[in-house]
Amino acid sequence: MSYTLEGKTGTWEIVVGLEVHAQVISHSKLFSGASASYGGEPNTHVSLVDAGFPGMLPVLNHECVAQAIRTGLGLRARINLESRFDRKNYFYADLPTGYQISQFTHPIVGEGTVEIELGDGTVRHIGITRLHMEQDAGKSMHDQDPTRSFIDLNRAGVALMEIVSEPDIRSPEEAGAYLRKLRQILRYLGTCDGNMEEGSMRADVNVSVRKAGEPFRTRCEIKNVNSIRYVMHAIEVEATRQIEVWEDGGEVDQETRLFDPSRNETRSLRSKEDAHDYRYFPDPDLLPLVVEQAWVDELERGLPELPDDKRDRFIKQYGIPRYDASVLVAEQAIADYYEEVAKGRDARLAANWVTGDLFGALNRTGRGIQDSPISAQALGGMLDLMADKTINGKIAKEVFEDMLETGDSAADIVERKGLKQVTDTGAIDAAVADVLARNADKVEEYRGGKDRLFGFFVGQVMKAMAGKANPAIVNEALKKVL
Amino acid sequence: MSLTELTIADAAAGLRARKFSAVELVRAHTDAIAALNPRLNAYITTTSDAALTAAAHADETLAKGEARPLTGIPLGIKDLFCTNGVRTTAASNILKNFVPPYESTVTANLLRDGAVFVGKTNLDEFAMGSANITSAFGPVENPWKRNGDDAALVPGGSSGGSAAAVAAGLAMGATGTDTGGSIRQPAAYCGIVGLKPTYGRCSRFGTIAYASSLDQAGPMARSVRDCAIMLQSMAGFDARDSTSVNCDVPDYSAAIGRSLKGLKVGIPAEYRAEGLSAEIEAAWQQGIAWLKAAGCEIVDVSLPHTKYGLATYYIVAPAECSSNLARYDGLRFGERVEGPTLDAMYEATRRAGFGPEVRRRIMMGTYVLSAGYYDAYYLKAQKVRSLIRRDFTESFQKVDVLLTPTAPTPAFAQGEKTDDPVQMYLNDIFTVPASMAGMPAMSVPVGLGATGLPLGLQLIGRPFDEETLLAAGSALESAAGFTHRPAIRAEGAK
Amino acid sequence: MSLDPATVRRIARLARIGIDESDLPALQGELNGILGWVEQLNEVDVEGVTPMVGTGHAALRTRDDVVTDGNCRDAVLSNAPDAVGPFYTVPKVVE
Repeated sequence: MSYTLEGKTGTWEIVVGLEVHAQVISHSKLFSGASASYGGEPNTHVSLVDAGFPGMLPVLNHECVAQAIRTGLGLRARINLESRFDRKNYFYADLPTGYQISQFTHPIVGEGTVEIELGDGTVRHIGITRLHMEQDAGKSMHDQDPTRSFIDLNRAGVALMEIVSEPDIRSPEEAGAYLRKLRQILRYLGTCDGNMEEGSMRADVNVSVRKAGEPFRTRCEIKNVNSIRYVMHAIEVEATRQIEVWEDGGEVDQETRLFDPSRNETRSLRSKEDAHDYRYFPDPDLLPLVVEQAWVDELERGLPELPDDKRDRFIKQYGIPRYDASVLVAEQAIADYYEEVAKGRDARLAANWVTGDLFGALNRTGRGIQDSPISAQALGGMLDLMADKTINGKIAKEVFEDMLETGDSAADIVERKGLKQVTDTGAIDAAVADVLARNADKVEEYRGGKDRLFGFFVGQVMKAMAGKANPAIVNEALKKVL
Repeated sequence: MSLTELTIADAAAGLRARKFSAVELVRAHTDAIAALNPRLNAYITTTSDAALTAAAHADETLAKGEARPLTGIPLGIKDLFCTNGVRTTAASNILKNFVPPYESTVTANLLRDGAVFVGKTNLDEFAMGSANITSAFGPVENPWKRNGDDAALVPGGSSGGSAAAVAAGLAMGATGTDTGGSIRQPAAYCGIVGLKPTYGRCSRFGTIAYASSLDQAGPMARSVRDCAIMLQSMAGFDARDSTSVNCDVPDYSAAIGRSLKGLKVGIPAEYRAEGLSAEIEAAWQQGIAWLKAAGCEIVDVSLPHTKYGLATYYIVAPAECSSNLARYDGLRFGERVEGPTLDAMYEATRRAGFGPEVRRRIMMGTYVLSAGYYDAYYLKAQKVRSLIRRDFTESFQKVDVLLTPTAPTPAFAQGEKTDDPVQMYLNDIFTVPASMAGMPAMSVPVGLGATGLPLGLQLIGRPFDEETLLAAGSALESAAGFTHRPAIRAEGAK
Repeated sequence: MSLDPATVRRIARLARIGIDESDLPALQGELNGILGWVEQLNEVDVEGVTPMVGTGHAALRTRDDVVTDGNCRDAVLSNAPDAVGPFYTVPKVVE
């Protein structure tokens, strides 16, 4: 069932396209040798090139080009062997040269596609229009002085990739899934850390609404939304606003808006008479960028396995359900962890432990896989004890909790707590005899046809043996006697 | 001979032979500046004290026998080259107190080779002009006079201060920049040699930009050889300029006096344009005859799109300048006029900071790039520019070098041609096409016109073939035997 | 094409150059003069011609991704008309 909104005049569909600004992971800036790292004292990660001093000239960072190409390949997109840098001219306090160097007419990456999976298992493909490189702006601070804004250029000139989607997104959920998938791909590739809180990934959201079967109506752009949750909220709020405008007989103006999460509303950012005219033209300080196919091929060979490929391989190689595979490939580190646990072991059991108990424990303690208190080797060691029947599944839960707390190995815990599974048939037979003797009435009932009491006997025997009995032997012994 | 009359080549030899010291040589120039600059206004900033200190240092270097090619040679630096710790204004109010904390590559190269800078020369504001009358620091007076007439003439522009300083003996040579003729046209007006190298030959790093795809630094001096010596230092690859071309710098001086036998010299028909004065036409014919006598073969060629060069230039250059000059916003450097809002501050700052011609070009450029007009103006102009370059490329399949006049007239008086911007722009009609195509070109003085003013001829060469320009230029120079000096000059002042 | 006063005002606004109403007629005349003169390019047939980008003498070079610059705040702020502490300043911007 597709996502729609009900208005006074009927049912509306929403149309969303996203422009994601992803900060490129690099040591230095796109066109200067100043540090691109986050933080730093104000105006220290700034060269005279970044500050736009007279006579300063841009020189392109090779690695940023490589990162853009890797990302393009990760988005299964066309790499344009010739691309160009244009100037986007506008005045703003945090834009030192009065223009942003961007790729307007000839981006380095053309059409691609991203596969997303929704909660109900639906798979959709969202088209990528283009990816281009551009410079980030500096930062204005408005709350430091009553009459002035303060300018810090540390971010000015840091490389960004602008990744533009087709207007293929039809619901807030799809937008969220798209952003999560994009972030996952960027993180796998190591081209952007995807950290929306620090602003290294942010989205401009283009929203319009229409009745089923209509062509596109006017869209509004919601600028600089910095969390996936906010993107999803903003779409809903803005679509609702636009429906009201249309239904009240008005016209939606094509404009830039801001999402205010505290008030859960969007509002117009610029008045129309101040409409921008960016006067794009090719930057005469830079020549066309020409890359060799051989280099693109080399970069492609160096790419890691991408999440979709890894998921498909997990399904095939480990025989685990698609849902589990998707969860396990969410992060490269989780996938690596899982593969280490699964190696040479029962891969399905490994998937259950990782996605179940381990994720539960990590969630509870607010940790990521990188600082999991139980290493992949340790968890594997526990599975080994289950495999060789040293412990059973029930005891394993207890051992796992102990591992979480103490960091001890499963073997040590089993040893320390004496949890080794009892396989001694003599001891089990004795316990069986004892349980049956104490429950003669139930034995009668069982023999009278009440089959489901078998489980009761198993439970009683296990209890009598403090859970350490091998359940298979207990079953065997009970069947024999009963 | 007075020290201010020497060529760089002779001065360098004299210094090595200990005929005079670097301090004496530099002091002769700083004294001349003190005497004549109040009138000529060729320098915006003089650095005499620093120059004399540098000269003393140069003498020590000479004494140790470690002299570099330009050790102890006093040069003027166009005030468009950023000089570390020395005010750099671009002749604009907006930069009137700007002190760069860095050195341009071209001036750093000259300093590396021992040059002594005596000051920053005047220019049209941000190099926009052909008469050096748009400078916020006042116009430059051409040291030449018409016969029997004391009217102040323009030195040409935009490198008018450099041209006047070199002509009058206030520097042995000077740096210029050329966007549409800003080295060659003032060189012609002031009777000196000026060379605009191939685009990409000299680094643009640290040189204040006017139109990035056209700007090119070059030498201005009193002889072709001196230009070769200066270019040797100024030229070279610079990783900090993405348009700098990484090819070897040949020994330019070796080209001086090289045989021209068999050299094919093209004479483009289209340069016989309307408005070409009879005296310049005559000088051109004389130049052709001299080159023929030197063994050159004269070939008629056609550059059909030449006549569109200027109109193309006045779209492309303003477009680029409108963007390049956006950084002068009163925020990080330069003068600022406060305003209640950010935009009010910008508008007040830029109105007060820029002169009328700069404002006009910024607005012109803003318009031609604006939505709906980009294709009709800028894109069209860049296409015509391709045709202009193609004309040159095709001609250079037939000939080795082109010979044309540098400017349609000799120097004119201050106050003439100022009513209509377009009339002023026409001064660059012969120099602009080579700029649009990125070709190297040089102006050489070949004689005096009817009113006693110097006339220049222009040689245009293949990309990175400055050597042929120098070879042919030195032949013209020898044949012309141009030894005339202007009315106002250091020696004459004594 | 001919510029009307409103267009001249709009261009000045885009270029952030303050103009007085009294500047308009002269500016309009000058700009129209230049525009009228460059109209001559309409004569040129540019069908199929690629616009010039760069001068064709070199390809774009790239630099290694190494931090070689920055950490020069004194130089960065050396010419600032109104620096406060480590910052540049502008009249307060209200968003």
